[in-house]
Amino acid sequence: MTTFKPGSVVFEHVRKDFGSFTAIPDLSLTIEPGTLVTLLGPSGCGKTTTLRMLAGLEHPTSGRILIGGKDVTMLPAHSRDVSMVFQSYALFPHMSALENVAYGLESSGLKGKEAKEKAEEGLAQVGLAGMGHRLPAELSGGQQQRVAVARALVLEPQVLLLDEPLSNLDARLRRRVRTEIRELQQRLGFTAVYVTHDQDEALAVSDTIVVMKDGHIAQSGAPRDLYEAPASSFIADFMGEANVVPCSVVSVEGGMALVRVGDLEHKVPSSGARPGSAQLAIRPGAVGVSERNGSGLAGKVLTSAYLGDHVEYEVETAAGTLFVTDHTVTTPLPSQTEVSINLRPRGIALIAA
Amino acid sequence: MQNGNRRLDILILLGAAAFLLVPWYRIDRGFFGLSWVPDFPFSSNVAPGLLQIASHDRPWIAIALLLFLIGASARLMTNASSRGLLMAIAGGAGVLFLAAQGLAISFSGWAWTITETVFGPLSQGQPSMGAGAVTLSVVFVLFFAFGLAERGAMKGDAFITGSISLLIFLVTVFVFYPIGSMFAGSVQDFDGSFRPDGLIRNMQDPGIWSLGCITGDGRCGVAWRTLWLAVMTGLGSTIMGLAFALVATRTQFPFKKGLRLLTVLPIITPPFVIGLALTLLFGRSGVITEALSALFGIEPGRWLYGLTGIWIAQVLSFTPISFLVLIGVVEGVSPSLEEASQTLRAGRWKTFLKVSLPLMKPGLANAFLIGFIESMADFGNPLVLGGSHGVLSTEIFFAVVGSQNDPSRAAVLAMILLTFTLTAFMAQRFWLKGKNYATVTGKGDSGAHIALPRGLNWGVHGIVVPWMIFTVIVYGMIIFGGFVKTWGLDHSLTIEHYAKAFSISFADGAIAWTGVAWNSFWTTMEIALISAPLTAAVGLLTAYIIVRQKFAGQNAFEFALMMSFAIPGTVIGISYILAFNLPPLEMTGSALILIACFVFRNMPVGVRGGIAAMSQLDKSLDEASLTLRANSARTMRKVILPLLRPAITAALVYSFVRAITSISAVIFLVSAEYNMATSYIVGLVENGEYGVAIAYSSMLIFVMITIIAGFQMLVGERRLRRENRVAGTAPKTQSNSGTQGPSVQEKTA
Repeated sequence: MTTFKPGSVVFEHVRKDFGSFTAIPDLSLTIEPGTLVTLLGPSGCGKTTTLRMLAGLEHPTSGRILIGGKDVTMLPAHSRDVSMVFQSYALFPHMSALENVAYGLESSGLKGKEAKEKAEEGLAQVGLAGMGHRLPAELSGGQQQRVAVARALVLEPQVLLLDEPLSNLDARLRRRVRTEIRELQQRLGFTAVYVTHDQDEALAVSDTIVVMKDGHIAQSGAPRDLYEAPASSFIADFMGEANVVPCSVVSVEGGMALVRVGDLEHKVPSSGARPGSAQLAIRPGAVGVSERNGSGLAGKVLTSAYLGDHVEYEVETAAGTLFVTDHTVTTPLPSQTEVSINLRPRGIALIAA
Repeated sequence: MQNGNRRLDILILLGAAAFLLVPWYRIDRGFFGLSWVPDFPFSSNVAPGLLQIASHDRPWIAIALLLFLIGASARLMTNASSRGLLMAIAGGAGVLFLAAQGLAISFSGWAWTITETVFGPLSQGQPSMGAGAVTLSVVFVLFFAFGLAERGAMKGDAFITGSISLLIFLVTVFVFYPIGSMFAGSVQDFDGSFRPDGLIRNMQDPGIWSLGCITGDGRCGVAWRTLWLAVMTGLGSTIMGLAFALVATRTQFPFKKGLRLLTVLPIITPPFVIGLALTLLFGRSGVITEALSALFGIEPGRWLYGLTGIWIAQVLSFTPISFLVLIGVVEGVSPSLEEASQTLRAGRWKTFLKVSLPLMKPGLANAFLIGFIESMADFGNPLVLGGSHGVLSTEIFFAVVGSQNDPSRAAVLAMILLTFTLTAFMAQRFWLKGKNYATVTGKGDSGAHIALPRGLNWGVHGIVVPWMIFTVIVYGMIIFGGFVKTWGLDHSLTIEHYAKAFSISFADGAIAWTGVAWNSFWTTMEIALISAPLTAAVGLLTAYIIVRQKFAGQNAFEFALMMSFAIPGTVIGISYILAFNLPPLEMTGSALILIACFVFRNMPVGVRGGIAAMSQLDKSLDEASLTLRANSARTMRKVILPLLRPAITAALVYSFVRAITSISAVIFLVSAEYNMATSYIVGLVENGEYGVAIAYSSMLIFVMITIIAGFQMLVGERRLRRENRVAGTAPKTQSNSGTQGPSVQEKTA
């Protein structure tokens, strides 16, 4: 299990049409060996298609795909050195957990006994030693998920593909399993491509996040870059909610820009912006709301919802309606309250374009 | 590409064997009889392909050899793309050439005058294709398929391209070629000479098209009568089937189990048996007729012999099929929709009429179509009950076997019949387009179906209960009739009919099958047992390809296959004798033609069952298997087949039973050597030997029940517990697939 030879992945101008519908117009992407890369995006953005082309379940209309430096564009799924964890797990319901894990090994030509031994090892790796005789239906959701991971991992693929692996788990389990997957990946050092539409999941597990939209790469980079320096309002909004408001850049100095929203002035990292009009992404938590006291931007609370550890407001201002989460206020402000808006130092980014 | 080389090597060896090791042409006494071995290879009749070219003056085979060598030369190339192209071209050209030469050159030279004028006369013709030519055709088809696979078609999967190519090849040979031959046959004599006057005369025959019954002078033509009967049967069996389905699912009817059991009976009953039983009840000397005559002095009439009698027999025969279709439809209406309707202040009647019934509409249309087509195709009941009021299927039969011996008339009638059924099929497809309310959603649908409105409840019981009693009586007659000396005259009990049919004697320590029925009985069993697994295999493979693969022309492929379901058996029968009686393929009188007929006639049902079962299996199971390094063949064997056990059982049982009970196509194809039980029984009926006929029929029913039970034990129940789980997990995965973006939806749409 520890003999992974992590492979790189390269997409070269890949295009994929389904009939007259173009899912991916032109995709080029390089994934370094040994990293975990997330393909993130709303449904229909082409992330799953990209993953399936990598697996060999779809073949590109044009372009090349390389795994570990080898051109696999035309290779069928069963001859590629990748394996996949499916969203539905796709455990064979008529085989026990052990038979499921041994299936790929036997397909690769391992003899029955040898395959069983390796499969046992694989189940132990994911903490399911001794559960091999159970049928998938006799396992819990989390256990099924781990069998699916074990089944993919025992093949020691150059690249492990995960297609929304957590979407069938409940919220609590989801957090634990995603940590386990990340640990496993870092311990064994394989390359992993992970598809999800949940940005929390992406931020938590990734070395690199690739955000896709309409078959294009909207932005890719380390989780922190994407969150703190979104290249577009789409990214800003997709990577954790953001209020995108128009602003004007007054001056740029030493990597910091002075921006003005209404009559509010604020300093943010310039991210290459020039003086003129621009957009500002304001995280809901980066807004301070207090009863009207003269300073800051004037606003009026439209709705107010108490959620235990924080309060959610919709506040109407001259710059548009802002969505605000307030973790400090002890007494929630009722709706129709006249308020003043301030911006905190973190959680605000200037959108360059 | 190693794998690619290995399969290519095998193919090349096979092709070489076709040229060198087996006779090129058909052996009259049968290839498997091996009577050709002593004369091989030098006699002209049995010489292999290579010698036919070299020393028997058949130079055109050299073109096939050349194409084969071109295909084989791809073995030396390394570039996958151009190598695949070469193989595909050689294979495609090879198949086309073999077909063309087979059709163009017959026993005595060119079959067509145009080729003779272009190429000049040939010194000699050729007999039908034999082992060598047939093997080479398959080799060419596979060349084509493997070539496409190497060029990356179907994701480079040679198993899939091979399967698709072979299926298309087989369907073309065994479905489209015969139908085409039939169209050609309508303007030909049996010896193949062109004679369009037959077509013209028959097309204008008032016996077919007369509207006399409406205008008031005489009878309507056979075409209109058949159409009228089919519409009435379709309506009758749909209404009955719906009543049954409602009783079985929406009432507290106490004998639901019995209801289900009754519906199985007619499926395993040879089609003419119902007609036979009806004659025993209502015929001139039937029990009820005589009782009425004795009690009330009602004159025994011949009302049963004609459309009315056929209609009753057909509704009795086809209601169970309609019931089977509709029970799924009635259960498929989501209870929550009915509950929603009730919470919206609609009463039971309104809910039923405005919600449930409209949702069942596509299912009802389907049931009607099945009744309509079955009625059109039915041969046994009209034969027994038709009297002088024949329908198209029987007229076709008499046009061939009777004193008329007019193949052109048979072909014309068959074309009319085919037009009716295909029109109905197309109309249904067209009408149902976009009307498929999938009311069984993936989400767990709790809630109970609401009870039927009171009036309707009484109504359906009023239909179902008498029908059940009637069916019990009819089947009672079938069993009883076999033990009566002479029906209507002498009702003393006897076993002489059984003795005559199934007697066994022991002579010289060996069993002698002295009964008259044994010969056809064993032939029937043999052919049914051979064709059942073939039908199931071809049907399920086709279903797999239709559900799981995408390829150019797939819709046409699926449509053509489903269309063959709408081709009546009589049409198949007549087209088979017209197509396979002359070169290039000669099979009449052999067991092979019966097997081919059963496989391609019953396959659509296997396909439907397979499609239904396969749609229940989440596609990600196959994909998981593929990403786990298993190729398609292994995926099929290890994952799909084990999960499809119930569908396999159903397909096996169905095709087995159909092979035993079918008569319409079979009656054209049997020979002295290979006589089938049904056609033998029809012969008995025609000779008036009702006792033996009924004894034989009861025996068949009994045997089928036994064998079906055996099949069930063998394949079905063992894994049922796990199968239930599959059904349980399928909805979950279905509801997921919607969130995966367009690629998946595209695939599953």
